[in-house]
Parts: sequence; structure tokens; C-alpha cells
Amino acid sequence: MIGLAPILESQEMSASIILQLILSGVTIGSIYAMVALGFNIIYNSTSIINFAQGEFVMLGGMFMVSLVGPLNLPMWVAFPIAVLAVTLIGTAFERLCIHPLKMPSVLSLIIITIAGSILLKGGAMFAWGKETFSLPHFSTEKPILLLEATILPQTVWILGIIGMVVLLLALFFRFTIVGKAMRACAANRPAASLVGINVKRIVLLSFALSAAIGAIAGIIITPISLMDYERGAILGLKGFGAAVLGGLGNPMGAVVAGFLIGIVESLCAGLISSHYKDAVGLVVLLMVLFIKPSGLFGSAQVSKLKKF
Amino acid sequence: MLVLVALPMVMRNPYYLGIMVFMGIYSLITIGLSLLMGYAGQISLGHAAFFATGAYTSGILTTKAHLSPLPAFLAAIVLTACIAFLIGIPTLRLKGHYLAMATLGFGQIVYVALNASVDFTGGPSGFGEIPRIALGNLVVESQLARYCLVWALVVIVLLFSLNLIHSRVGRALRSIHSSELAANAMGVNTSKYKIQVFVLSAIYASIAGSLYAHFVTFISPGSFDLEFSILLVTMVVVGGMANVWGALLGTVLLTLLPEFLRGFKDYDILIYGSTLLLIMIFMPEGLFGLVKKLRSVRGRM
Repeated sequence: MIGLAPILESQEMSASIILQLILSGVTIGSIYAMVALGFNIIYNSTSIINFAQGEFVMLGGMFMVSLVGPLNLPMWVAFPIAVLAVTLIGTAFERLCIHPLKMPSVLSLIIITIAGSILLKGGAMFAWGKETFSLPHFSTEKPILLLEATILPQTVWILGIIGMVVLLLALFFRFTIVGKAMRACAANRPAASLVGINVKRIVLLSFALSAAIGAIAGIIITPISLMDYERGAILGLKGFGAAVLGGLGNPMGAVVAGFLIGIVESLCAGLISSHYKDAVGLVVLLMVLFIKPSGLFGSAQVSKLKKF
Repeated sequence: MLVLVALPMVMRNPYYLGIMVFMGIYSLITIGLSLLMGYAGQISLGHAAFFATGAYTSGILTTKAHLSPLPAFLAAIVLTACIAFLIGIPTLRLKGHYLAMATLGFGQIVYVALNASVDFTGGPSGFGEIPRIALGNLVVESQLARYCLVWALVVIVLLFSLNLIHSRVGRALRSIHSSELAANAMGVNTSKYKIQVFVLSAIYASIAGSLYAHFVTFISPGSFDLEFSILLVTMVVVGGMANVWGALLGTVLLTLLPEFLRGFKDYDILIYGSTLLLIMIFMPEGLFGLVKKLRSVRGRM
């Protein structure tokens, strides 16, 4: 904080700059939050950290690019098709790579999802090439004035869509029978299967669901941050960081932590140095873990009981 | 052993020898990682950082401080050990995915720092003209000389590690792997052993890094990224992490695989991914697990 003071004093517009930085942090943070949610859904039903989660985000953006660009579909038609396509890929991934395993160890599962992400990335390279793609904004690109800062209408879209996804997920887990079954699996798998829940099907469903959420994140972020076949890895890494920071298996924690990492990064890039942007979020993460080894909102007892 | 001595006599092609040299460098790291992962049961997704510390310390001390390679090499080991010790104390208290994330984060922070501190490390473009290793008048310059040096070190490290595994320390480590709680209850000072093996594996990585810097004579952050850390873990797991020999086997396979795939041009990434996937799906114990299974089947027959 000491380092910040002289910069702040020297700039008349400091308050609006900070506000601007926080707003852009919220935008990117919301994407981290979405990726972290995807991690959590799979982790809860399987105890797997799916390292291919970032690739789902990349694929969502890429499918949307193809549907809107060459195929010339309107946005509102392309959106569900792109999400559906990635969901199918997520389902296929589970069926081909995770389903056949008998009693897999956690480390071999990690390597399998890494191998899966290599395959998805390679596949995307063949399908779309190595260029960077863009998408038109969902509505106008004219910035909106908010207090003393400006935000793009696309940011409003992003925040709105993410808010809706989080709300729908909360309702789904609380009120539908399938959602309740998924929560039962998260709490205790053997017990869930004893009361007649088809655990294998829940695993499949959780992969489909987190693929869909990843795809949505990819679609809404592409107009602002562009997309290429290699973009998945870094988004996955940040999302994993958010999931861990919030406490694995805790969706609300993931959302809060995602925003936190996004804002910290954006403030660091704007006020200190953009070179260290990618490190500062991780430094915060490590500090939190050293003080509270189960993340901000994680339960120490639960993490002690989990095998991995 | 015999194979190691015989290989360079058969294979005179410097290109192949070069691949073998890299295989040796990777083996140094993966042997340490297998001690950490297979025996102590702790994952590290940040070992590229220790490899980088070794390489950059050696590189900077020999080019900017004009030290000769041997003292630089020792300084790198001491520095890496200190860093690993300091990082290890808070990090190894973490478990499972939290530990994975913390080590991964540490690796990324080092990677970002190497890129950002341009004055010191040359930034993203790195720096070159690192002197070669010389013993008196004997300069390690040919691929054959490198091959001998690196594999001699691999044999030493391997013997040391095998010895360690069969000692009191090794038994303590395996007890941590099966159940840390139980090990603690039996009076094993688990956190001490975990940190010791973490530091040891970091030292192995530092040795490998110093060799790498002097062999390649040019280093840049690109060689020490997250992908490299993951590759190292993959080598250990594919080989079979319950065994140091498994780590060696995995290293040999995953170093050779990309060379075979070079002929497939852009398709290599797809074939590489599917090979990895198939090995893990059908041999979850790794290649060495398969070897062991085959042996026990033959024994029964």
C-alpha cells in the first residue's frame, strides 16, 4: 500500500482510474469465477480436478466464432448451438476417458485430464488453425458512463449472464431432484449409491454441466478478450486458482475468489506493473493457503477427510 | 548399466547422443520427483522452478560474476536447497489439490519473475554465452563427453536414491504415503521427512539445471514453464511412480516419443495426447506396473 500512495496523490483522476481498474477486474474475474464453478461441479461429484476445464472455455468461444462468422447465424441461435456442441464434447470426454476406469488413482486421473486437454487443444488447432479470432459484441460497442468510469455494454452482458448462471445453478442444486442427487454424491458417494442414486450417471452429468458452463464463459468473453486455440490453459489455471482460493467444492467461495483474483490482477496491472500481473494473483493465493490451508471458505475437516 | 556404457559405442550419431543427454538431464529431475511423489506421496507441479534456479544461478554466476562452473554449480545447489526449504515449510502442510495448486503457483511465480526481471535474467529473450564445463584442460564440449558426464551423475543420484529408499528414511517416507496420520501416530516426524525429501528432489533438479545451462549455453524462461513441470510429473506417472526405475522408464519413453512423432508434423500433438491417454487408461499403475504384473504372471506359470 505504501507504494501506491505517491501514484494516487499525483493523479487527479485517481478515484476514477481505480474504479475503472476494479470494473475491468470484475469483468475478467467473473470469467475466472465461471471456470472455477466448472471445476467445482466436477470436483464435488468425482473428486477429480479436470485440467481440461480451460479447453471447454476455449472450445465455446471457437464454436461461436465459426457459427457466427462463416455460417452467419444470428447470435441468439448460435449461442445455444455452441453450448450444446461443447456439452457433447464434455460428455464424450467423460464416456471415453473417465468412464472406463476402474478404481483410478487421483494422480492418474490428473494425468488423464491433462492428456485430454492436450487432445482438445490439438483438435482445436486442426479445426480452427493457429490464428486469433474475434466475435462481434452482443450489442453496441459504445461505452456506458458509470460514475466516473466507463464500461462496455459487453461487460454488462457478461455480468448479467454470469449472475443468471449462478442463480440457475443454485436453484438447480436446491430444488430439482437431479440437483439434489448431485449434492448427495458430493457429500457422500457410497451413501448416495446406497439410496439408489446412479453415481456413474451423476458423474456424466457433472461433466456435461461444467462443459456447458465453460462454453458459456468462452462465448461471452471472446468479444472482449479474443480467442485462440492456446487460450484455454491460462484460463484453466486462473480458474483452478479461484476454486482453490475459495475452498474446493464451495461454489459461492469460487465466485467470490474469482472476482478477488480478477480485481487484484487488474489493480496490479494498472498501478504497479503489468509484468507481474499473472504472478500477483498467485502470490495472494499462496499467502491465503499458508495461513488457511483449506482456502478462504473451505472446511479444514472436510479437506482432511478427502483422500486427495 | 551395461546398456549405458555400450550405447555410445554403437550410436555415434551426435544427434541421437544429444537426445540421450537430455534424457539424462530429465532423469535427474524425475528420480527426485519419484522420491517425492511415489515414496512420500506429495505432488509437485512446480519443479521447473528448481530446474530454473539451478540453470539461472549457474548461468548468471559464470557469465556475470566470472566464477568457474564448479563453484557456481555448488552455489546453485545451496541456493536451490534454501529456496526449497523455505517454500517447503508452509507448502508441505497443504494436502492434495491444495498442494498441487500451491506448487503450481510457486512455479508460475518464478516463471513470471524470470520474464519480468529483465536486468538480471535477460527477460523473455534470456541470455547466452554461458561457458562450458571444463575439468583442467578437458572441456566438456562433444556430445559424447556430455553424455558421459550426465549419465555418470544419473548413476550416482540413482544409487544414492536407491540406498535412501532401503534405509530408515525410505521406510518413513513410505509410511507417509500410506497414511500420514498413522505415521505420525507411530512417532514418525512426518513434516521433517517431507521437507527433507522435497529439498533433496529440488537439489536433483538444480543439478540438472546447472548441467542444462552449461550444455546448451543459452537459457530463457521458455524452457522452465508450467508445461515442463507437468511433463516431468507425467514422466513419473507414466513410468509408474511407485518405483524409481519406473520414473526412469517414463523419462526414456516420453523423451523418445516426440522424436518418433517428429515425422508426423502437426499431428504429433494429437498422437502424443492419445498415447498418454491410452497408457493411463489401460495401465493406471504406469509402465512399470505392467512389467511387474507380467513378471508375476510368468512366475505363477
